[in-house]
Amino acid sequence: MRVQQAQYSIREMIQERKQKKRIQIERFIPSILSLTAAVSILTTLGIVFTLIFETITFFKEVSVSEFFTADKWYPFAEAASYGVMPLVLGTLKITMIAALVAVPIGLATAIYLSEYASEKTRRVIKPILEILAGVPTIVYGFFALTFVTPVLRSIFPSLEMFNALSPGLVVGIMITPMIASLSEDALVSVPRTMREGALALGSTKLEVTLKVVLPAAISGIVASIVLALSRAIGETMIVSVAGGSTPSLNMDVTTSIQTMTAYIVQVSTGDAGYGTTIYYSIYAVGMTLFLFTLVMNLLAQYISRKVREEY
Amino acid sequence: MKLIDKTIVAKKMPIRLVRNTILKGLFFLATTFGLLVLGILLYRIFAQGIGYLDWDFFQNFASRRPEEAGIKAALIGSIWLMIVVAPVALLLGLGTAIYLEEYAKKNWFTSFIKLNISNLAGVPSIIFGLLGLTIFVRALALDRSVLAAGLTMSLLVLPVIIVAAQEAIRSVPRELREASYGMGATKWQTIVRVVLPAAIPGILTGSILALSRAVGETAPLVVVGIPMFIAFLPKNVFDTFTVLPMQIYNWTSRPQEEFQSVAAAGILVLLFLLIFMNSIAVFIRNKFQKRY
Repeated sequence: MRVQQAQYSIREMIQERKQKKRIQIERFIPSILSLTAAVSILTTLGIVFTLIFETITFFKEVSVSEFFTADKWYPFAEAASYGVMPLVLGTLKITMIAALVAVPIGLATAIYLSEYASEKTRRVIKPILEILAGVPTIVYGFFALTFVTPVLRSIFPSLEMFNALSPGLVVGIMITPMIASLSEDALVSVPRTMREGALALGSTKLEVTLKVVLPAAISGIVASIVLALSRAIGETMIVSVAGGSTPSLNMDVTTSIQTMTAYIVQVSTGDAGYGTTIYYSIYAVGMTLFLFTLVMNLLAQYISRKVREEY
Repeated sequence: MKLIDKTIVAKKMPIRLVRNTILKGLFFLATTFGLLVLGILLYRIFAQGIGYLDWDFFQNFASRRPEEAGIKAALIGSIWLMIVVAPVALLLGLGTAIYLEEYAKKNWFTSFIKLNISNLAGVPSIIFGLLGLTIFVRALALDRSVLAAGLTMSLLVLPVIIVAAQEAIRSVPRELREASYGMGATKWQTIVRVVLPAAIPGILTGSILALSRAVGETAPLVVVGIPMFIAFLPKNVFDTFTVLPMQIYNWTSRPQEEFQSVAAAGILVLLFLLIFMNSIAVFIRNKFQKRY
């Protein structure tokens, strides 16, 4: 009799609970949370539509063909010319120099940490790389302008005060930790058994690394490099502080340049009013920049997903 | 039959070993490069800036005379920025992470959100500035206020917080949830009383690191139009203000030599702030994070 009563009361309890308001809340929680998740999608939509609409406004005043084919970017001149190529070339110069610094050093660091270093060394080096990755870019910009440029000028006297070389090198330093740590992840994830197999056949550690581990991790490494270069393309403060503001269509790295990002900064800190052609031009340049980085990010994702080898 | 010609192997062995040693040395040199750069960078900034770092530097507003220039408005401004970014980004990031980890079904919408988040993390920060300028400054007419800058920065660091919170929530073992359900708790009760308390150290660590990124970021605020020269403090979130990186940018781009030293002093303040925030993050990680 007492047992039956107990069962009844439990059933009653469940019934009672279901009617409580807090159980009703349970059903609304997922929708509320999905709203917060929607914010990230709205952000993307906001970025895309902002860039598209303002770029369209820009192209009402400047023809598309001028934007892509004109060889001068002189928005502030009396006879303004809006050819984006000099800005793109400035960005590519920085990215190339950065890649020349960051790819070998970052990759070598990754190899040393994953294949040669003792646990103790790794515990010292990895936090240092994390600190380097966390230094604000304005600090790197200051470093480029007040240290790297003067040092380079004492070696190459013909170097201008503002040039592509110094910020390029410093952007390279900035993205080195990114290549190092992402590539190291890729190297570490290559299974031990593959290394041991090669060692058992009489390979030296270097041969194991270069002929077995690197090829096995190549997709992760390439993805890390693409991601880091995309970061270099979007880098703003270093090139604004040390790169100058002279967009030019040549391959000279010793003279003043202007990147896409630096142009946006120049207009933002200048006194071009809202609604002028110059105001809308930063959106067209921003759109170009966005497309560059978007393609590279998608490429990196594609590489690391499709080319990944499963062990 | 001899499969291996031992004489050839023996002849090649020394060069292979030498190559191994040389390359190992080169790899090590490359690794120390980062250390070297960090050393030079810190030494240069310290040597240049320490002379200007006195009590007056924290007491004064920006000035046209380098010896009178101070960082008060920028330092207080950076704290104002954090006050806006921290709650907004944490709420949105945590909500998204809980949704993705606990509620979202495996369908195209969920994978679209995930793809979207990883792509947002790769968008250059200056593009977020253009978004903030159009939506918050112009469309919502927030002007160049703390709120407009804070919302822009919140969107910028949102992907970082989402990913950190997702990892923290994922690392809470299934058994804890099952035990909670077994006791008759509902899903939401389980999340609030079991999963989140277990995940909170990881979430906090990730969020503080994201916040320190927002404190050091310059480019979006330049585009939003935050002024670089200001001699008053904001009274509420609708006032205009300036932040440490903007002030440093302003000093760096001045032609006078003395302002370079003032900029270095400003960088020291910024670095101290970031080191302080990072130590809190590391402290929380080491002290409270459980391994299951």
